[in-house]
Amino acid sequence: MLLTRGEVLGHKKYGEHYHSLTIVAPEVGEQVQPGQFINVLCGEGSAHILRRPFSVYRVHKRGGWASTIEIVFDIRGAGTEYLAHLRPHMMVDLVGPLGRGFALPKGRAHCLLVGGGIGAAPLFFLADDLRNDGHRVDVILGARSNRMLLNPIEVRRLASVARVVTEDGSTGEQGRVTDVLEETIERCETEIIYTCGPHPMLEAVTKIGVNRKLPVQVAVEELMACGYGVCMTCVMPLKVKKKAGAGKSRARGARTSVNADGSQADAEDEVTYARSCTEGPVFNGASVIWNGHEEPVAPDQAELSPTGLAVAHGGFEDSADEHPPPGN
Amino acid sequence: MADLSIKLAGVELRTPVLVASGTFGAGREGSYFVPVNQLGGIIVKSTTLTPWKGKPTPRMCETPSGMLNAIGIQNKGIDHFISTDLPWLLKKDATVFASIAGNTVDEYIKVADKLRTGGRGITGVEINISCPNLEDHSNMFSHSPESTTAVVAGVRKALPKAALFPKLSPNVTSLTEIAGAAIEAGADGLSLINTLFGMAIDVEHRRPKLAGVTGGLSGPAIRPVAVRAVWEVHNAFPHIPVIGQGGISTAEDALEFILAGASAVAVGTSNFVNPRSSLEVTKGIGEYMDRNHVASVAELVGSVKTEG
Repeated sequence: MLLTRGEVLGHKKYGEHYHSLTIVAPEVGEQVQPGQFINVLCGEGSAHILRRPFSVYRVHKRGGWASTIEIVFDIRGAGTEYLAHLRPHMMVDLVGPLGRGFALPKGRAHCLLVGGGIGAAPLFFLADDLRNDGHRVDVILGARSNRMLLNPIEVRRLASVARVVTEDGSTGEQGRVTDVLEETIERCETEIIYTCGPHPMLEAVTKIGVNRKLPVQVAVEELMACGYGVCMTCVMPLKVKKKAGAGKSRARGARTSVNADGSQADAEDEVTYARSCTEGPVFNGASVIWNGHEEPVAPDQAELSPTGLAVAHGGFEDSADEHPPPGN
Repeated sequence: MADLSIKLAGVELRTPVLVASGTFGAGREGSYFVPVNQLGGIIVKSTTLTPWKGKPTPRMCETPSGMLNAIGIQNKGIDHFISTDLPWLLKKDATVFASIAGNTVDEYIKVADKLRTGGRGITGVEINISCPNLEDHSNMFSHSPESTTAVVAGVRKALPKAALFPKLSPNVTSLTEIAGAAIEAGADGLSLINTLFGMAIDVEHRRPKLAGVTGGLSGPAIRPVAVRAVWEVHNAFPHIPVIGQGGISTAEDALEFILAGASAVAVGTSNFVNPRSSLEVTKGIGEYMDRNHVASVAELVGSVKTEG
């Protein structure tokens, strides 16, 4: 974990929607693992004080002195607007690498990576590492429409099987990632699922994976202030087993029931709020209590989550219908 | 280099710059960036009698020059603090200010009791009375002189020797009245200020931006309010040491508080943005003192010229 300044090596765009910044950050580049993120200062002065977190999209390790990290983002507010205007040789103040990244399989495994919108960002770095370790990598890349797909051409290059889906059918198959998930799992003989994207997608992917007894690692995107474990704002509700031997829990043991999809906390579970920045952002999908997270995030706050997806997926108009304001 | 050490309510601190409760955990995370023994003190995250789970998310939102939070004092409880966090901090040679919170007067007293028996090595105790009082329609303790007195007097009895710093809320009609009640009940000093009540609304969804609906505003936005609060209380009680806090991120910010009457300062929200800001503030105060030929921080305390 370092507080450092990196020089912008390049700014480019992926499609018309996504910006990319490559930053020279040798120490961070050498240390960072797939799924980890950096927290970036986005501007001078005190109008917008908080850093913006970004998962690392790609790393180019070039020995100890010139390693670079690449982040991708779309413009959501003042912070990302500022970043989009950075050009080579300008400096970026960043903290990283932060968080716990994805756990890689020990033996050779068939890995399925499922990304929604810009949530796909950390999966590119993950795919690079998995392939280097000799694992099979398949990818489902989804988005609302063609312009929200993150680098589908690169996905086709990286993956043994690449499925591209858009909700409006503007590219690839029409539908959501979950529409093609079961079929892809069977066809690719998937052994582990890695996923990143909006909560409803992570929840649906987890359900399907858990039903098939597959491990599902989810990378979440919570609003955060500090990124290093002190502010307690970016928490995810997790279910944890109550400690065995407590008198109370024994007495109630008979009522234990776990739902088939494992999605609900049962009588023996306790709810705990885990910090996404230090205990995550990668969690075991089966431990997350998704229904605790139906609250939509205000559009102007979206860029305070690691890849800023909280609003992008499905549009907040949709979620506004699902979650009417109090009193309506 | 100027001598930055100070005396605060009878205790010696290396520097006048502390880190504020809830913005530095119990030191471990921040120690990646700041050697904890270089701080004037660490006011740890508030601890309660039993572990508190905290509120649902979203717990925070960014606001102009600041942020709102509604966390609900998520913490692992006083026993965990005593058994795990405190020994680590002391091993690292940190100056430790505990922070205690509760929902009833009795809870505060029980936490204080545990500190009396298990809190050896603690330098001071901040009393976070910006908590809902379940015995008084969930009004905050710090919002009435009576409940402020009840908590501070109770903790005083449980911790007869500790340096006690009630942390007052600015959301009151007369801050000096509450400060007077706290001092009367046995406070050695005061922490000023806690966050300002605030609320932000997501107009697209017509919902509050915080799951907790309202929250505490912090950051540079509240600094003028905090400086005024310190100045007002210092004028009313010039012999009571104050730990000034509220939107400090630079040495200049900190010096405003000191000139207004704070004997020490605490860096809060700025720790989220720049984890090293407490050290930068410390360095800047030293440079200011050298530049202005000031021998000790005490010379500066309350030295703002409001007349002539």
